[in-house]
Amino acid sequence: MKLIGCLLLVSGWLIVLAALVMLTAFKERLFFAGAGCGIEILGLVLLTQGYKSLQRERE
Amino acid sequence: MSLVLCLLSIILVPLAAAGLALIHQGLGRSRSAAHAMLATLCVLGISSIVFVVVGFSWVGSAGGPVHSFVAGARWDWIGAEPFLARSIRFDGSRGSLELCLQMFAVGLAGMIPISAGTDRWRLAPICFASALLAGFTYPLFAHWVWGGGWLVQLLPNFGIPGFVDAGGAGVVQVVGGLMALSVAWILGPRRGKYSNEAIAAAIPGHNIVQVLFGCLLALVGWIGLDSATSILFYSAPPERIVAVVINAMLSASAGCLAAVATTQVRYGKPDASLSANGWIAGLVAGSAGCAFLSPVAVIFTCAVAGVLVTLMVETFELRLLVDDPGGAISVHAGAGIWGLFAVGIFGQFPAGTRGEHILAQLVGVATLLGLMLPLIHTGNLLLNCISPYRVDRDGDWQGMDIRELGAGAYPEFVVHADEFVPR
Repeated sequence: MKLIGCLLLVSGWLIVLAALVMLTAFKERLFFAGAGCGIEILGLVLLTQGYKSLQRERE
Repeated sequence: MSLVLCLLSIILVPLAAAGLALIHQGLGRSRSAAHAMLATLCVLGISSIVFVVVGFSWVGSAGGPVHSFVAGARWDWIGAEPFLARSIRFDGSRGSLELCLQMFAVGLAGMIPISAGTDRWRLAPICFASALLAGFTYPLFAHWVWGGGWLVQLLPNFGIPGFVDAGGAGVVQVVGGLMALSVAWILGPRRGKYSNEAIAAAIPGHNIVQVLFGCLLALVGWIGLDSATSILFYSAPPERIVAVVINAMLSASAGCLAAVATTQVRYGKPDASLSANGWIAGLVAGSAGCAFLSPVAVIFTCAVAGVLVTLMVETFELRLLVDDPGGAISVHAGAGIWGLFAVGIFGQFPAGTRGEHILAQLVGVATLLGLMLPLIHTGNLLLNCISPYRVDRDGDWQGMDIRELGAGAYPEFVVHADEFVPR
């Protein structure tokens, strides 16, 4: 779960970067950048959940 | 550029480190107070040496030599100045002032994770981690924002305004805050913090007076940091620095008062430690746009940061089971990210539409979360394999002072039995 979370974080950033490089219209860029950030948040949630479950196991 | 004003501003920056050090050790337990202070000194020492030897060459400066992804394009990913700051003329030149300022700034970023690792992070790994931060992680992002890298070159490359971080909210605070998050994940909580049912026990800070005094010191340091970065990296004229100073005071005030009001409403009484966190969160959020925000925008931005930080501290502790004794993740990463967005929303810029500025800030924040966090976390995981971060089981109840330094911070005081840590 933690690894997937990390990969999603990087994927989100790559989507934001791709939006800048491949798109020119402002609205499209904003939409894709927003989507990239959304994926990053998903990755952050997964990473957090991974460490939370690890914490529960420690207890 | 006014050399005297810039130098004076830079000289104030170590007071921010002093303030944060007092806050960090005051919010920890008394049995780890000396360890926290010594760790701060070690971090400042190591980060300044590593930064001058290696880090600054990778930060570089706008228009200086760089390593580029694509030859000929301003897609440079890291600076290529000679090591040991050999390219710097120490005659009051812009480069020498940038080196001086960032030597303190990197120390500030490096000491933020100490707060999240209080009471359980060993001294040797703290030193290794700060060396990694000063030698690679910080220079990478600092180059992109302050050294003429791709984030500040969004206009020529992609036709949108450059990412703005006038006071180091992203470069210093969010990078340090993300490092704190990574450290807290790796270390796990202090023993006795959570019951078997994952219910959190309150482990209060041991000296709230020092924490609040640290807030006052930090204000002076932040005024210096905001002013110096605005002058050096955003060419703010001396008359604009008056607004930067006013904004810094308004930031702290709004953040603190918002936290006081929030804790009063939620708990029936103002909480001193959360209010102190609100003060620093205000400074952090306000620093992102210190030279570009109106006083009204600063008050709103930092009041939101003050409310946000009280909620985030609670969420991290109670729901996400992240033990962050000083609230560093919420204060530095949380408020910093909000501050960076707020610059795009409320900033006053001579060129570019509001939407374009928001997009530019979005790109910067996405880079912090999507690239810097995995990078920082991977570095910490590797270091943890080489030198385990967490103190052993005995160290948890002995306290870091006795375990690692051999003597307590307050030897003449009666040390009460620890009701928090099961032996």
